Formats: sequence, C-alpha cells, structure tokens
Amino acid sequence: MNISGSSTRFSVFLFFLPQIRFILIQNRAGKTRLAKWYMQFDDDEKQKLIEEVHAVVTVRDAKHTNFVEFRNFKIIYRRYAGLYFCICVDVTDNNLAYLEGIHNFVEVLNEYFHNVCELDLVFNFYKVYTVVDEMFLAGEIRETSQTKVLKQLLMLQSLE
Amino acid sequence: MPAVSKGDGMRGLAVFISDIRNCKSKEAEIKRINKELANIRSKFKGDKALDGYSKKKYVCKLLFIFLLGHDIDFGHMEAVNLLSSNKYTEKQIGYLFISVLVNSNSELIRLINNAIKNDLSSRNPTFMCLALHCIANVGSREMAEAFASEIPRILVAGDTMDSVKQSAALCLLRLYKTSPDLVLMGEWTSRVVHLLNDQHMGVVTAAISLITCLSQKNPDEFKTCVSLAVSRLSRIVSSASTDLQDYTYYFVPAPWLSCKLLRLLQCYPPPEDGAVKGRLVECLETILNKAQEPPKSKKVQHSNAKNAILFEAISLIIHYDSEPNLLVRACNQLGQFLQHRETNLRYLALESMCTLASSEFSHEAVKTHIETVINALKTERDVSVRQRAADLLYAMCDRSNAKQIVAEMLSYLETADYSIREEMVLKVAILAEKYAVDYSWYVDTILNLIRIAGDYVSEEVWYRVIQIVINRDDVQGYAAKTVFEALQAPACHENMVKVGGYILGEFGNLIAGDPRSSPLVQFNLLHSKFHLCSVPTRALLLSAYIKFINLFPETKATIQEVLRCDSQIRNSDVELQQRAVEYLKLSSIASTDVLATVLEEMPPFPERESSILAKLKKKKGPGAVSVTELEDSKREGGELNGGSDRGPDTAAMAASNAVTELLGSVTKIVHFLVFQSTPSPSADLLGIRSAPPVGAASTSAGSLLVDVFSEAGPTIPPAAVNDDGFLRFVCKNNGVLFENQLLQIGIKSEYRQNLGRMYLFYGNKTSVQFANFTTTTKPVEPLVEGGAQIQQVLNIECLTDFSDAPLLNIKFRYGGALQNLTLKLPVTINKFFQPTEMSSHDFFQRWKQLSQPQQEAQKIFKANHGMDTEVLKAKLLGLGTALLDNVDPNPENYVCAGVIQTKSQQVGCLLRLEPNAQAQVAHTAHSKVTAKCLEKISHSGSEYNRSLNAEDE
Repeated sequence: MNISGSSTRFSVFLFFLPQIRFILIQNRAGKTRLAKWYMQFDDDEKQKLIEEVHAVVTVRDAKHTNFVEFRNFKIIYRRYAGLYFCICVDVTDNNLAYLEGIHNFVEVLNEYFHNVCELDLVFNFYKVYTVVDEMFLAGEIRETSQTKVLKQLLMLQSLE
Repeated sequence: MPAVSKGDGMRGLAVFISDIRNCKSKEAEIKRINKELANIRSKFKGDKALDGYSKKKYVCKLLFIFLLGHDIDFGHMEAVNLLSSNKYTEKQIGYLFISVLVNSNSELIRLINNAIKNDLSSRNPTFMCLALHCIANVGSREMAEAFASEIPRILVAGDTMDSVKQSAALCLLRLYKTSPDLVLMGEWTSRVVHLLNDQHMGVVTAAISLITCLSQKNPDEFKTCVSLAVSRLSRIVSSASTDLQDYTYYFVPAPWLSCKLLRLLQCYPPPEDGAVKGRLVECLETILNKAQEPPKSKKVQHSNAKNAILFEAISLIIHYDSEPNLLVRACNQLGQFLQHRETNLRYLALESMCTLASSEFSHEAVKTHIETVINALKTERDVSVRQRAADLLYAMCDRSNAKQIVAEMLSYLETADYSIREEMVLKVAILAEKYAVDYSWYVDTILNLIRIAGDYVSEEVWYRVIQIVINRDDVQGYAAKTVFEALQAPACHENMVKVGGYILGEFGNLIAGDPRSSPLVQFNLLHSKFHLCSVPTRALLLSAYIKFINLFPETKATIQEVLRCDSQIRNSDVELQQRAVEYLKLSSIASTDVLATVLEEMPPFPERESSILAKLKKKKGPGAVSVTELEDSKREGGELNGGSDRGPDTAAMAASNAVTELLGSVTKIVHFLVFQSTPSPSADLLGIRSAPPVGAASTSAGSLLVDVFSEAGPTIPPAAVNDDGFLRFVCKNNGVLFENQLLQIGIKSEYRQNLGRMYLFYGNKTSVQFANFTTTTKPVEPLVEGGAQIQQVLNIECLTDFSDAPLLNIKFRYGGALQNLTLKLPVTINKFFQPTEMSSHDFFQRWKQLSQPQQEAQKIFKANHGMDTEVLKAKLLGLGTALLDNVDPNPENYVCAGVIQTKSQQVGCLLRLEPNAQAQVAHTAHSKVTAKCLEKISHSGSEYNRSLNAEDE
C-alpha cells in the first residue's frame, strides 16, 4: 500500500484498517479550500496529492460515477457549483455512505453559513475545521445528526 | 440559524485575506505576505505585551499564510500560549495552528502536552473536546505515552458528556492505531463494548469505530459485541422512518450507524447463538425487502442512503457465505441495479456481484446476467464501469461460458481504453489457459491476443504459451501451422515473431512436409522479420536458425551464409555477435550426432503456477486475483498442464530467469561445448538448466533432505509447540524442521516480495503405515506408507506485518496410537525482505531521519562463539537484507538494508551490527525501521539473535 508512489520506498503507513485518508475541498481551478489529513504525509506529498486529485476529478462529467480509483485508494467526490468535495477512503469502504457523508457535511455548512458559498470557506477557514472535527474525527464519522452538529456549532459560536 | 459574517470577530484577518485575493500576480502576493510577516514579527517581538485577541488574530494570519503554501518559522510559542487562554476562540485558534503545523515542527508537541492535560481535566466539555480533537489530529507517540491511560477513563466515566465521549472514543482509536502497545486493555474494555447500547446515537456511531478496530485485533475479547450489534441493528432496521428523529436522513433511519454495525459484524463469523442469528437474518431480509419498496422520496439522497445500507448488508451476506437464500436474493437485487439509470448503482452492482460470483451458492445466479454485463462492457461511457464489467466477466467465467467470455473480451480489446488493455490481456490469457478444453482454441486465442494487442502482451503471456506448447505434444503441430500463417501478415507484432521463432525452431519440422511451408520458406519468412526486430528478438531468432540447421540439414548452407555475413558476425551487440560466431562454429565443427544432442528439442518445462496469474496479482487493485483463485487455477490448471506435481519454481517467475530458460538455454549449452570440447551426455547438459525438470524434482528434494539430515541436531520428542527447529530457519530456507523416531519433516521454501512458497516433505521413518494423516494447512494423502515421503505445497502471502509464526498441526495414527504434533512454520517477517543497495550517504541520511523512539530497536547480546567474519556475513545475508560494503566508517561494523514487502505496505529497514571484538562476547545489533513494524522486527531480530547463537553450536 504505497500511496506515495515509487519514489519513496521507505514510507510506511500506520493505518491499514479502512478509514478516511483525507478530505479535500477544491475549486475548479484547483485551489484548495480545505485539506484535512488523517494520515501522515510530508508537505511535498500533500501538494502532489492535491494536484493529482484535482486532475483525476475535474475531467469527469455528470454521467460518470462519483467514485474514482486513486493510487491504492478511491476518491468519493461530489461537485457543488464550482467546488469539488472529495473524500479519500480505502477501496473496501462503503462508497454510498461516504457520498452521503459529503452531502450531510455540505448541508451542515450550508445551514451554518446560511447558503454557503466558496468565499465563506475562504474567510472562515478556521471555522470550517471546527465543522469538520464535529462530523469527522480520526478518519471516522463522528456525528451524523445535522441538528446535533448545528446546535453544538451555535453553542461554540456564542462563546467568546 | 446562525449566519456567519465574513471573518467575524477578526477584522484584520478579513482585510488581509481580501488583500491577498486582490493581488494580481504571484509577486504581489508574496510582497503582501512578506509585509504581513514583518508586521506580525514586530508585534510578537515588541515591548508591549499582546492581548489575547491580537495574539489570536496574528496566529490565525500565520496559519492562513501557511495554508497558502508558505513556510512559517515563528509564532509557535504564541500559538502554544493561546492554549492556556480561558477563552474558547483563542484556545481554538491555538489548537488549530498546532494540529495543522505539527508535521513541520514536532518539537512543539512536548510544549503542548501540559496544556492538553489541563484541558482534559478541566471538566469543561468544550475544552475537553478541543484537547481530544488535537490529540486525535496529531496522534503522535508522545501523545499516546502521555494520554493513553487517561482517555479510556474519560470515555467510560459515568459523568462524561455525550459529545466528549464521542471525541474520546475516536481519540482513543487514533492512539490505538498509532501505538497499540501503549493502549492497554483493562476493565474499560467491557464497558466500551456496552457503549453499543448507549442512548445517544452519536456516541454509538463514534464508539463503534473504536470497537471495530479493537475487535479486529482482539476478536475474542470483544466477541460480546456481536449480539449487542445485532440487537442495535434490529432496532434501527425495524424502526419507522421518523422514530429516530435527528438520526433519520432523508427518511432513512440512521444509515451511517447501520453501515458501521454491519461492518463490525463482518469482523466475526456468523453468530453461533441461534436466536441472535435468527434476528440478524431477519434484519438482512428486512433490508433486502426495503430495497423493493417504493421510495419514500425521489431525492437521490434517499436512495443513496438506503442503498449504502443494502450494499453493506450484501457484503455481510457474502462474508458469511452460508445463507444460499440470502445470497441469491442479493444477486437478484444487484441484477436489477445492473440496468439502473444511476451510473453509481450500475458500478457498485458490478463490483459487488464480482464477489458474489466466487460463492458456490450464487455463482450460477450471477451467470444469468452475462448478457447485461457484456452489454455494459460495450456501452458504458465511464471507463471505470467498463473495467468493473470486465472484472465481473472474469469472475463469472467457468467452463460453460469461457468461449463466449473470451471472445467478447477479445473483441472489446480492439477498442478498449489504453489504461485497461494490459490487464484485459492478462485476463484473457489466464481464462484461455484455465478453461482450455482443446489446445488449438488456446493457441488461437493467444495468437489473436498478440495480433490485436501485441504491445500489451507482456513477456509472461508469450512465455506461457510457449511453455504450454512445449509441454503438450498434441498441440505442437497446430501451433507451428498457426504461427506460420500469422507470420504471413505483412506487419506483425514483434511478440508474434518471438513466438514464431521459438515454435518454428522447435517444431517447424511438423509442418515442413507441406511445400508451402518447406524449411526454406519457413526460414525466409522468419528472416524477413529479422531486421525489424530488437536485439533480444534477434538473439532468439539466431537460436531458432541453429535449431533449423539441426532440424533441416538442407538449410545449413543458407543459414551459415547468413551467420557469416558481417552484420551478424561483426555485430556491435556482444550477445548477437557471440551467438553468430558460436553457432557458425558449432554448425561447422560438430558432427550430426553432437548437433542433434545439443540442439535437441526443449525438455518439458517444470509445472508451475502460471506466471501470468502472478503478474495479474501484482497489478492488485479491485478485481485482482485472490489467493483462493490462485488455488483454483492450480487445480484446474493441473489438468491443462498434464500433471499436478509442481516443480520447485517460484510463483512469480523472475523475468530474468525466464529469459534465461527460454532464450539462454541453447547458448548455455553451446558455451559448455565450445569451452570443454568434449560433449557431455545430454542428461548433464540438461542439468545446466536453472530449474530441474519435473521428473528430477522429487529426487533432488530427497537428496536435499539427506544432506540436511546429516547436519540436523539431536532428535526432538514431540512437545506442545516445538520451535527448536524453527530458529535455524530464520536465516535459511531449506532444511529439516522436525524429526523424531517416527517422522521427519523437511522444508524447502522460497520467497519473492510478499509471496512465498513452501514445500513440506513428510517422511515416514518407520516400516509401518501412518493412517489418517492430516495437517491443518491443506489436505494431504491420508496414508503414508512406511519409508515413504509425501509432499505438500503451501502458498504464502504476507498480508501485513506479523510476529507470530503460523502453526502447523499434524495428526496421524501410528500402530493404533494417535500422534499429535504442533510446529511453528518457519515463516518470519524477514523472509519478506527485499535487499536494498544504497550509498553510505543515503544510508546515514535515512538512518538519521528515523529518529523517533518507535522507529528504533537495539539489542545487545552475547556471541556464544567466536565472531568469524564470513560466518556473520553469511548469517546477515541469510536474514534477507543487503549487506552494504564501505558504508560504515568503522570497518568492524556490518550494515544492512532491506525493504519488507507485505501486501498492505512496504517497510524499509536499516540494520547495524556492531561486534565488540575486545570483549569477544558482545554484539550490538541495532536496527531502525520506518515505523510500526518495529516491534515485529525487533521480535524477529531477537529470534535472529537466538538463531545466530543456536546455529553457532
């Protein structure tokens, strides 16, 4: 399971049990709006992954599946307006569960930012991380109830 | 609902972000950033103490700059300071900065542990969650050391808030994956299992991930989770779509939790308790029934959520593989999806059906969908869907439909996407071989493959067709005729020329009677391709020519002339020149008899696993061949290759080896002759071949046993688990594993990458028959006659790192008494080492990079005997690593490097052995690896140390 390609033979992955490897939000131009990593990559590797995901995902059209093989993993993605939401998981993971995991996350963002748009993610990047951590943690789905997540976010919002 | 305004609370940040966005060029952006960095630096260095708000704002700006891709070399202390703030927003930015930047500065971790400790004990759920999230995001070993004992307490404490429990469960999961040795099971374990009953569905959702991971490593300790999971699942599945309120997603009750529950159940065999099993089967039936109900919403979210559960349920049904009714229902459901308008569903149905095809209960049901699948192969727009269709066709193929499937795959190949051609070629080649009833069909198929997709036909494929033609004399004439016809094409692929050259060189005589394919016609046809071919093919053709001289003396003059011309005999390529010179000489000086002996028809190849299969396996990915399939093909392949005895060849035949066998054997024999001048009997000549032919396998194995026998230690009486013999195998692959008065067990093994093959030889030393002879690995012949030996072949695949060797249990009846014996099979992690060469500079650079304590192990041990350089070297090489010369500045030290190959990962490993010559007693072994496997390695290392000593005796 060498996600980092042949150049780094000495890389090792602690996590061989299925889990989310990373979550990426990118726009069509390939600008990253969120990158959340659930395993260790060095900075160069992260940049390479970001570029590869962009190349793989943007060439696909609406008739294609929302899944694409990626190195030894797969990317589950969905496009919302100009943004691609991508989750990298293991090939044995449940595609549809993660596809709807993305949608659930987007609905929370939409509610939280009141009709979310790309700029909200840019200016409030530090809050997006909080939303992610409420819903996904350690590469696993932590909470799926939109009501509960939003209630918690609202509570945090009220804190100083 | 809250609407968040832009950069709310931090105006300066919003202004900065706007500025960056307004920059017209990269230079302008860098200029703006440098200005900001200077500003922040001066604020941080300034005399005036910054208030919490400013600190937060600047740290947040630094984070933004970092996320834009710029290096940040200051501000870490300010971020750490924010952690001790008692304001949430300040703390949050501090934690975020650390979680995001921690890769680049691991020094930071030590500084923050104290703050985390304070927050964990603060009893403030918000702060506790922040701290837990930070641990979960960073997950370093230092953190595991500091908090691994604290977090289980938080997780199971009665007064912990639900949201904290959720975070604690996943935080613990992360630490467990990072450092399983530090997370100790204890009384919290059973309480964690009971979180499956928790009222809060969010807690269950989080805890179940932890439980699944723990169950995978300690299935027995957690097996109570099965009945709990079943009853939880049952409650969800049977609830109305509104019962679960917050956890209902587009009218589907708790889809993610259901999936996780079904996945947890896949860690276990079907429940033994009848009531639990009944309840589970009911759940699965309900899920299948729901798939047939009219949708409660037209939204895709509804059907996706519902189908997520359905696919997970089908995975569980396939995992159990014991309920024919459910398997067939699953197959029918997937059959409906094959024609669904959603591409996602068609894709997933093809993928899921692929695994159903391997179950004996559903194989036939899957086959009924063949037309739909063929249609998908032809019409799907998304190449990944077509790929799944091809995988499924491959999986559903059997004798009854092989011709149809192979034909469809061949015709698809003509237009197939480049990215999947090679794999398609391998699959066609395997199916053609596996299900060949008549060999002319097989030969036609492979030649068609070369014609249609020559570029994608790897060496393994054409080697294989030659092996089979050589081994089957009933197809040789047909093969010669067909390949001769194929070569008539004005443009034919070089691979076709190779096959043609080889086959005509061996069997051209079988078609030489026909004037249209007389010897000279054959030769001219081959030679007309010569100048278009690459060097290896030309070399092969030259060998074919010398074979022609032997087969057809009338061609001698023509061929000698060709060999004599300058372009051959003075060819700038050494190999070609050598062949031309030697063949020319051979043909002029050797008598007909000698020529006939040297150039005799190739002996049959040793039976072996198809190298194509090995190649396909290597390609991995979904749809690759599973281990069981490998076994299948062995069974079925045995028929094709005319015997079930398998020669002692590695599964994945080294390409170079194969080249030697195919191309080199003739030249080797020739060299032998030219330099020794006296011809040897043909038996000896054949002995040069790198692998002995089938007939010789058993005798050579036998003599091996005898050899090893003489150096075997004292006989060992049967014990509970006998591992005395085991140690001596750490550094070697062949020898006697066990011996007592009755039985001797010899082993030959070979490893390549993450695969291995082990031959076990059970010898009955008595004069009385052993009855009911069984082993835990695979069935063997139940009777072992007195004085006889039986053989067993095990295929081994290293899936992941391991420290315990697999056990082999042997039972048999000897004179009425039942003998029971358990042995450790000598499979140690170092068998999967691949030696790696590196320079001194590379070595020490890597050595230094591996600085974390969990990446390093050191052992000091006494040498029982003197430290002879050559003996040590041999042992180190036996370990499987590369012994590197001129790397360590101290010439006394030994330095090794290797990569452990497992299916899931590759682990680099560096090793230094520092003998202390003065003391004459102590070695210092020192090894470093790039992470997790370390304890396994050091374990294996300590066995290795023991074996160094054991073998010294």
